Amino acid sequence: MQLVCPAGNPPALKAAIDLGADAVYVGFRDQTNARAFPGLNFTEADLLSGIAYAHARSRKIYVALNTYPGAADLGAWQAAVDRAAALGADAVICADMGVLDYAARRHPALPRHLSVQASATTHAALRYYRERFGIARAVLPRVLSIQQVERLCVQGIVPIEVFAFGSLCIMVEGRCQLSSYVTGASPNRHGVCSPAKFVRWEEEPGGVRRVSLNGRLIDRFAPDEPAGYPTVCKGRYAVGGETFHALEEPTSLNTLALLPRLQAAGVVALKIEGRQRGQAYVASVTKVWRQAIDRLRTGSQDKSQDAAWQRELQRHAEGHQTTLGPYHRSWH
Amino acid sequence: MRLTLGPLQYFWPREQVLAFYRAAAGWPLDVFYVGETVCSKRRELRTRDWIALAGELAGSGREIVLSTLALFEAESELTSLTRLVENGRFRIEANDMSAVQLLRERGLPFIGGPTLNVYNHATLRLLREDGLQRLVLGVEQGRALLGEFRASGERLPELEIAAWGRLPLAYSARCFTARALDLAKDDCGFRCREYPDGLALASRDGLPFLTVNGIQVQTSGRCDLGPELDELRKAGIDLLRLYPQAEGMMDVVARFRDAIDSGIPPARAGGENGYWYGAAGMRCVTQP
Repeated sequence: MQLVCPAGNPPALKAAIDLGADAVYVGFRDQTNARAFPGLNFTEADLLSGIAYAHARSRKIYVALNTYPGAADLGAWQAAVDRAAALGADAVICADMGVLDYAARRHPALPRHLSVQASATTHAALRYYRERFGIARAVLPRVLSIQQVERLCVQGIVPIEVFAFGSLCIMVEGRCQLSSYVTGASPNRHGVCSPAKFVRWEEEPGGVRRVSLNGRLIDRFAPDEPAGYPTVCKGRYAVGGETFHALEEPTSLNTLALLPRLQAAGVVALKIEGRQRGQAYVASVTKVWRQAIDRLRTGSQDKSQDAAWQRELQRHAEGHQTTLGPYHRSWH
Repeated sequence: MRLTLGPLQYFWPREQVLAFYRAAAGWPLDVFYVGETVCSKRRELRTRDWIALAGELAGSGREIVLSTLALFEAESELTSLTRLVENGRFRIEANDMSAVQLLRERGLPFIGGPTLNVYNHATLRLLREDGLQRLVLGVEQGRALLGEFRASGERLPELEIAAWGRLPLAYSARCFTARALDLAKDDCGFRCREYPDGLALASRDGLPFLTVNGIQVQTSGRCDLGPELDELRKAGIDLLRLYPQAEGMMDVVARFRDAIDSGIPPARAGGENGYWYGAAGMRCVTQP
């Protein structure tokens, strides 16, 4: 089982490789990927050295090209596929059918991974992408229970990668318009969710902080209350007379407890979310997951490190809380 | 331009559904989309009942399309999908690639629903090869995207746009109605039946914001592209979709029918139209 870690810049890439990632996924500095944040991602030169660094250590680099270009922009996304191939990337991670088709025809030897943004949750959908574009792997949306993941693995249409840790999208990826509804900027088209330029913090008399997104109030926080980033899905709202996190709390996915089951199911790769996070996050999270996977590989029953690992992951989680999310039925 | 009644997004008691469609059969609509698109646990009408309803409505001489789920998780949902796909009479609105695959495996033509993520001409061409005959634009897609489709020179299928109603914004494995009522999804008691227009969600300043509808999140405000009628026609939109609400649908249909027949767009009534103009969907652009 491969450990696939995020990198938003060269130091994070190096940290991920040094601490044991089998593969690192990255994006170019434009809207071709779903973390198109200012100051983040890789120039061609950065990527070239990153790939050299990884290949020298027998690790892999995947390039995420997983947003959906409009007709006028398709050429730029296709050019990005060409660049990834020319730089020696080990795979491209794509969602758009036009991009996948181009990659399959122009660079048949470059493996294509189906991005989580393509929302494929069934053997029928996976068959479509395999037959149409010869995908080598699919990343599953964070909506399936562990039993459903197990069944998809058994059906064996394509090798399966799942999210193991990180910020939790609670909506089916690729089908969420909450950000575009409020800001006009969407994960699908612009590679961003609730972008920072629309976020406004204000302090009320008494120290209460209000946070709004494009003028729409997302939450208010008491002076001593920890405040998270205001994505629409993690705000507090009034429903039926009660105010609460009506969609989801600020929390991160953590499947460490499911690791043996994911391995037994035949999941080929575990993905760590967080290209927008810094080098320290990548280093620390990669280290924990490397150790956990290695322990599993040796068959060791030694659980003495579990508590420390969980504490370490908790530290990097949104709101310092973690959940098994949709893998566990009670989350639904 | 033709007028379509989009799939019913809410969970109504069986009798209410049947009464609604009996009444709607008398309204000046051209196309009916019927079927469950949100939650497979909703079984006031089972798959065979939706197919039977389609058969009854077809008697009125209108085009009938069977709509399908936007999110598949369980194997049983694919079994129901197969039954819909193999109904032998009506075209399917595919809202997930699972449906596209089952349809193309059988060589059946279909309508691409708003959750298929068709953003460019290359994707459109692939889906047309698969059998797509009509595309319902995704909710965030407006005039700029349409302009790009046209400029690409690709042969376009029939184009449909959501012109009125609460737009579906997101889908999750989680049921937000059950969450709001502090129930487990597996033991939800089908309480969404108590909210015929969904459950209102307001921001903490008391302003209406979203609507919770089972595993789906919708807008609170209603989209209204009636005033944009001339633009929609010029942009080559063939069909206008109206999403059902529990009350007042007859008047909504009449307003759009009058506008199409007379060529005179209705006055603005505060509806949201931001997506059409490439702005935030929640906006009401009054001076484009």
